[in-house]
Amino acid sequence: MAYSKDQLLARLKDLQIEFSQYEHPAVMTVEAQAKYVGNIGGGLSKNLFLKDKKHRFYIVSALADTKVDMKVLSQRLGLGKGGLRMAPEETMLEILKVPLGSVTPFALVNESARDVALLLDKGFKAQERCFFHPLSNDMSISLNTNDLDKFLKSIGRDPAYVDLEANPAVGKDQPPDLAAFVPSGSTVLPDLPDPASAVQSAGGSHVNANNNCKAATEKAIKPAKDVQNVKDKSAKAVNPSSSFTDAEKFVEEILDRISAKLLSEKLFMQTKEGNIAQQGQELGNEIANRLRKCCYPELKNLATIFKNTAYTQGFHAGKASSLTQCPRT
Amino acid sequence: MDKNEEKQREEEREQVVSPWEVSSSGKIDYDKLIDKFGCQRLDQSLVDRVQRLTGRPPHVFLRRGVFFAHRDLNDILDAYEKGEKFYLYTGRGPSSEALHLGHLVPFMFTKYLQDAFKVPLVIQLTDDEKCMWKNLSVEESQRLARENAKDIIACGFDVTKTFIFSDFDYVGGAFYKNMVKVAKCVTYNKVVGIFGFTGEDHIGKVSFPPVQAVPSFPSSFPHLFSGKDHLRCLIPCAIDQDPYFRMTRDVAPRIGYHKPALIESSFFPALQGETGKMSASDPNSAIYVTDSAKAIKNKINKYAFSGGQESVELHRKLGANLEVDIPVKYLSFFLEDDAELEHIKKEYGAGGMLTGEVKQRLAKVLTELVERHQVARAAVTDEMVDAFMAVRPLPNMFD
Repeated sequence: MAYSKDQLLARLKDLQIEFSQYEHPAVMTVEAQAKYVGNIGGGLSKNLFLKDKKHRFYIVSALADTKVDMKVLSQRLGLGKGGLRMAPEETMLEILKVPLGSVTPFALVNESARDVALLLDKGFKAQERCFFHPLSNDMSISLNTNDLDKFLKSIGRDPAYVDLEANPAVGKDQPPDLAAFVPSGSTVLPDLPDPASAVQSAGGSHVNANNNCKAATEKAIKPAKDVQNVKDKSAKAVNPSSSFTDAEKFVEEILDRISAKLLSEKLFMQTKEGNIAQQGQELGNEIANRLRKCCYPELKNLATIFKNTAYTQGFHAGKASSLTQCPRT
Repeated sequence: MDKNEEKQREEEREQVVSPWEVSSSGKIDYDKLIDKFGCQRLDQSLVDRVQRLTGRPPHVFLRRGVFFAHRDLNDILDAYEKGEKFYLYTGRGPSSEALHLGHLVPFMFTKYLQDAFKVPLVIQLTDDEKCMWKNLSVEESQRLARENAKDIIACGFDVTKTFIFSDFDYVGGAFYKNMVKVAKCVTYNKVVGIFGFTGEDHIGKVSFPPVQAVPSFPSSFPHLFSGKDHLRCLIPCAIDQDPYFRMTRDVAPRIGYHKPALIESSFFPALQGETGKMSASDPNSAIYVTDSAKAIKNKINKYAFSGGQESVELHRKLGANLEVDIPVKYLSFFLEDDAELEHIKKEYGAGGMLTGEVKQRLAKVLTELVERHQVARAAVTDEMVDAFMAVRPLPNMFD
């Protein structure tokens, strides 16, 4: 269900977020907005809804004066030179549930926008108050960035402010500095298959498995980075986390791989001349041997990961338990 | 006299091998290197001995002569036969996030050694070295160290037998005491002679060598080896690291420690050919662990230097030049099946097989390797890195 402007305002009040609201005719541009709220103190925001070639979405929210260079941003995100485009209007409606002219960080309150990345201009921090549309462009609300952060945290977002005008070098030795912002899961477009969602949930399990005092939000960004290193993984890709923490899934993974090899081996054997005559024991033995040989390194790899994962969880549990133990008197 | 001097100078100019530079006007001459450095050739009898002692087939890198030189490996094996264990020590200078296959070679081999001999391993991440030599900030080099640790862990090391540490985190205590002991035994002139420092080099560089030397001594790791002062150390590394350990071996007896043994590899050639080692700054000189199957196929097809002839007819007649052919060289590193490799070399060398087919086979082998690495890498969490890097005892390290 899409959030309405009133629902959002009610929610802000519930969170005891202090804001001022200003109604005005619908405005499509910052210039138009400035006519109505420009001389009230505070920074006006321009909000861009962008997408990359892999159908991942971004809201870039900046002060009206901040120069945003899409080419530079694209590189800093690790998307190459021309990786970022303005997102089409349909996606704005579908994902952000707002019409043209109303893009705002507040749109992230919608469930459909959960995979949209948010980049906030660090320039906002220097302002006493900043203006955003509360899901509708016939109103502007102004609030302090601390209150914006409060809201974002309440919807499970980790507010991060970025110097949008910076233009650092990006190369093999200088990795893209904003790469962590790239969403790790695919979006909820209904027609696209969702192979990466399995990997997305892996990010979640990473966090759950180790319940310690490190900020969970920090970890929420890390899996995105881990996954980014695994380029072009196809739908048959392993769900890295639960295959290695859940014995059932681990065994299934192993059996999947053996079956796959077995089927391909069997085919190979059948097309080999003369072997069609071979029956039973001999054929079985040969298949068994080949299978061992070709599966061994792969399975060993999986088993080692399983062992290391189990040890890691135990290690951290042990550390945490010794911290919480009361000293004996 | 003059003619010999001239010849020697000419030879020295032709080939440079040091921890910071590897280049040659032609192919690297490994025999000359062994002579110059004074280490031993790793011959077939040693490989057979390793097979006997470990009860498993020797690693492909041993079979194909990738690890081709050693110092005192026989002593390690003698001691092992008598029931005396040893530990492994290897490392990486985290200068970039992008790891290529050449970087993985020593780690793949070290993992085999850990599994085959059932011994513990310490891995040093020289973030301080890269901070100094590559002029990175302290934070950046520490960050790179942790990122590289993830790829290293993805090579399959056993967390119950492996301790990874970064210099910035670990130097101090017993480790530092050993560093000072070593430093006292090496004059400034000596270190200039070994590493080629000049008056313009800052003192950080000059005082770094002990940092890479002391992990060879078990007393540097009191949480692991306390009470085992005479535990031997085996160091798998690329041959350009030899100068550090020549210095270490010189110092060791003077401070009452065993000399570390070494097992050394040749360089993994760049895609474009055998004129040096792969460079992390040229993306087309190497296959990276983050490359997709498509990228791997593309790089091999476009950039891998071929020893094949210019036309199919000429190739069928003369066959390929296996000496300079990169795809065959890469296959000799990564194709497990000895028989298949022999077959390919024979057919390709005679002209029966074409470059395209060899490249196709290579692409398949490398893709499998890289994909397996990527699966493992994706499963490495920050918590896992913390566990590997925690200063903790390893009670099962010899199991």
